[in-house]
Amino acid sequence: MLLIACPWCGERDELEFHYGGQAHVAYPADPEGLSDGEWGEYLFVRDNTKGPFAERWSHAAGCRRWFNVVRHTVTHEILAVQSNRPVAAGQPKPVIA
Amino acid sequence: MSHQLPEHPDWLWRTPDPKRSYDVVIVGAGGHGLATAYYLARNHGITNVAVLERGWLAGGNMARNTTIIRSNYLCEESAALYEHALKLWEVLPQELEYDFLFSQRGVLNLAHTLQDVREGTRRVNANRLGGVDAEWLDTDQVREFCPIVNTSPDVRYPVLGATLQPRAGIAKHDHVAWALARKADEYGVDLIQGCEVTGFLRDGDRVVGVRTSRGPISAGRVALAAAGHSSVLADLAGLRLPVQSHPLQALVSELLEPVHPTVVMSNHVHVYVSQAHKGELVMGAGVDSYNGYGQRGSFHQIEHQMAAALELFPIFARAHVLRTWGGIVDVTPDASPIIGPTPIENLYLNCGWGTGGFKATPSSGWVYAHTIATGEPHPLNAPFALERFTTGALIDEHGAAAVAH
Ligand SMILES: Cc1cc2nc3c(=O)[nH]c(=O)nc-3n(C[C@H](O)[C@H](O)[C@H](O)COP(=O)(O)OP(=O)(O)OC[C@H]3O[C@@H](n4cnc5c(N)ncnc54)[C@H](O)[C@@H]3O)c2cc1C
Ligand SMILES: [Zn+2]
Repeated sequence: MLLIACPWCGERDELEFHYGGQAHVAYPADPEGLSDGEWGEYLFVRDNTKGPFAERWSHAAGCRRWFNVVRHTVTHEILAVQSNRPVAAGQPKPVIA
Repeated sequence: MSHQLPEHPDWLWRTPDPKRSYDVVIVGAGGHGLATAYYLARNHGITNVAVLERGWLAGGNMARNTTIIRSNYLCEESAALYEHALKLWEVLPQELEYDFLFSQRGVLNLAHTLQDVREGTRRVNANRLGGVDAEWLDTDQVREFCPIVNTSPDVRYPVLGATLQPRAGIAKHDHVAWALARKADEYGVDLIQGCEVTGFLRDGDRVVGVRTSRGPISAGRVALAAAGHSSVLADLAGLRLPVQSHPLQALVSELLEPVHPTVVMSNHVHVYVSQAHKGELVMGAGVDSYNGYGQRGSFHQIEHQMAAALELFPIFARAHVLRTWGGIVDVTPDASPIIGPTPIENLYLNCGWGTGGFKATPSSGWVYAHTIATGEPHPLNAPFALERFTTGALIDEHGAAAVAH
């Protein structure tokens, strides 16, 4: 069971949270211009990193806010918690150290 | 049920050093990789084949699954693929000359809500139209078929009925792998353990071999069968896959007298239970919600499935848990596998079986071998191409997958 530090509520057990998958996946800036392949990629393909992975969690049974966590997907160690909003298309993503 | 287990193999296959080059290199010696090698040799006469395994033979999900075999999927494409497997399971022990205790004791999928009843009866009808054996049982018939299920109306989620596939069942997974390995080896296939694929040899757009922890090996064709690590491997080839890897766990009880005559699955309260040949109760439930590669699952999943198991089977109240373990399963957006060529020439893909690929082992090998040998998909795996995530022709099997993900 993970112990996750909600940026607003502090450390709570995993059961209070809902998992949201990869972080920093921006909605396409120019949806009309996308090919079928690009749409498929946006809808269905996400990173599946073995190692430090930036992902979204929502404190569903608490403050109900979303935030980002960098978690190691082998050790489950939580390396960082970021309360920032998703990065807009074209903006640099936060660096995963 | 008190069968004698087959002898532990001692040794059923050679342990050769890798050659410099093969016609086909298969990555991953799980059930699917081994079945593919076997059918490449048996059905297509291709025997200059190596199966490369970074750990030990069949030590991945093949060694970790709960061995349920059934073909009662909803969509025509899936029912056809899993039914092909079930027909092969029925002949394989004889063909491989190795008894892996395939036991067709039936699988019940319980219904606890009106929606479950509707889903179940619809699936029974779809199965029968597709030539797959399926029956709908009412509550009394469930009690008759599996007397240890609590069919009292006074529980939170009473049993309102169940689908039954009589030809479904379980098999001894290790022995399945060893049986396939022995026959593949007899055909001349090299099974190479302790050999991790770390990259690909390229000639422009084509893959011409693999880099491994035991040196480079060239290959006419390279076929991935790496289950939970498929996207890690595909990344090395510059290919992004629509799969996510999740921990999935199972547990067994101490040995008990034969009490549990069939396999019982419940999607709604979420547990599934069967009794292994030796007597352990084998239980599982859903995946952990988050991505992960550590081969263990969360404790709350165990709590959740135990609570469900105790309500369904009050008789298990005093059974002790002996062992829990986890595997890493690769889940696709439509809960169906991906089998076929890739955009990279000579590189083939078999992945995304998620929580339910053991039952498909023989047909997965059959159609994958066909695809590798001919360069074209077999009619049974044509719908399961990677392109469906571009065309939108998804095969949505979340409902019939029977494990939440
Ligand atoms: C707890 C649990 C319960 C399950 N229960 C069922 C069930 O009841 N019924 C059912 O049908 N299915 C079930 N499954 C799913 C089933 O186990 C899998 O879908 C199936 O085993 C996947 O195919 P495989 O056997 O080839 O995979 P695996 O046995 O995992 O084979 C993949 C192999 O690839 C190797 N590999 C990975 N990367 C590399 C590399 N770079 N180089 C070399 N080798 C590599 C791995 O070491 C591994 O041995 C369950 C899974 C789990 C974890
Ligand atoms: Zn909070």
